[in-house]
Amino acid sequence: MSAGDTLAAPQPVAAPVIRAPLGLLAELTHRCPLACPYCSNPLALEDRAGELDTAAWTRVFNEAAELGVLQTHLSGGEPLSRRDILALVAAAHDAGLYTNLITSAIGLDAARVAALRDAGLDHVQISLQDTVAGSADVIAGYDGAHARKLAAAAAVRDAGLALTVNAVIHRANIERLEAMVDMAAALGAGRVEVAHAQYYGWALRNRAALMPTRAQVEVATATLARLRESYDGRLVIDAVVPDYYARYPKPCMGGWASRSLNITPSGRALPCHAAETIPGLEFWNVRDHSVRDIWLHAPSFNAFRGTDWMAEPCRSCARRDVDFGGCRCQALAIAGDATATDPACALSPLHDHLLALAEADAQTAEIRYAYRGRREPAAG
Amino acid sequence: MTDITAESRPRLAPGVRLHFDRARDAWVLLAPERVLETEGPVQAVLSRCDGVRRFADIVAELARDFAADPAVIETDVREMLADLMGKRLVVIA
Repeated sequence: MSAGDTLAAPQPVAAPVIRAPLGLLAELTHRCPLACPYCSNPLALEDRAGELDTAAWTRVFNEAAELGVLQTHLSGGEPLSRRDILALVAAAHDAGLYTNLITSAIGLDAARVAALRDAGLDHVQISLQDTVAGSADVIAGYDGAHARKLAAAAAVRDAGLALTVNAVIHRANIERLEAMVDMAAALGAGRVEVAHAQYYGWALRNRAALMPTRAQVEVATATLARLRESYDGRLVIDAVVPDYYARYPKPCMGGWASRSLNITPSGRALPCHAAETIPGLEFWNVRDHSVRDIWLHAPSFNAFRGTDWMAEPCRSCARRDVDFGGCRCQALAIAGDATATDPACALSPLHDHLLALAEADAQTAEIRYAYRGRREPAAG
Repeated sequence: MTDITAESRPRLAPGVRLHFDRARDAWVLLAPERVLETEGPVQAVLSRCDGVRRFADIVAELARDFAADPAVIETDVREMLADLMGKRLVVIA
């Protein structure tokens, strides 16, 4: 592709080609009415005063599109908490980007859906916490959330917009995985994401309350395979695997700084959600650098790009270009070293330790969440 | 899945659109969480899936534009559309 050639031009001839990213996760705000205990936002949430304004995001969308980004995911926190959300959707659309709104759906009524569609929105992703309203509302930390989500999903479908349902799976709802997929289909979704909780940030803090047992995960995996067959051609089912019980690590982000980038509410550019947990990385801000400059030259993006950073057993592994050594943030969280093999990998010396952590957590009798962004842990 | 007939009017599914990617100088199909490169023949078919043209019209146009045997084109396009429908990228009206 010519983009790779163009982007590679300033590099020395022998340097690996840096391909342009395809996706931009725009975390427009960390404000959110929900308080899900597995939220991917960092423990230290950014405040409203520090958020990028409409003009800054508009510039970011244009720079990203110019660089080669094709899709932007307008996320948060809750992106509808931004008063300028219509202007931001329009700006992303005008930049030529495919626009995806990742929302809790709180505050999304038919009028708002129509306005978003008319501003150029391509796709809506709504999270569901469970199929049982009482449980769903406890998980979200918000009374009445589930009923509002169902109404919003209907409004999205009625407006002719494409809908994805995102279902984060953990111990409190894993037994209803099949019902979640059925509910997504009944709501008119064309796609459902069955995402086992990933243990970073708030989910790492709540791991004991979220971790399912190995037996539950095995049943869930078999159920998913069966659902994929029965829904073939009607519903696209994508899955995020539960890697604590896995043999191989997940190909995190499709490789560090390989396919997409995140920008936080205050403009910090990250290779992934949890990258700020890795000490010593230098993050650049879109207030100071262009998106192109960040993608090519920010030290945090180049820290684990490609395979040169790898130690053994990753360096000589046949799968190093398949799963990229797994997740750097998980290596840091569990092994204390971001350059280590992800302990989810069977070749990691800490693999058995990771499994033991999961099994111990899954035996925790009481589910007690530390709700995202709220001060006191509450009973769940 | 609905069968494709001569009267079927295929169109891109909701949330799916063709886009010319200037950075890579290529047509791509953009869909929820997916980007697919569309090379020559796929692009030629998808650009005609507008919900107005019938399957028979699309086959006739392609056979004319590419000076090809309509029977061969029909088989190929039917196969391609069935595949795209299975991936929920194309629907028929």
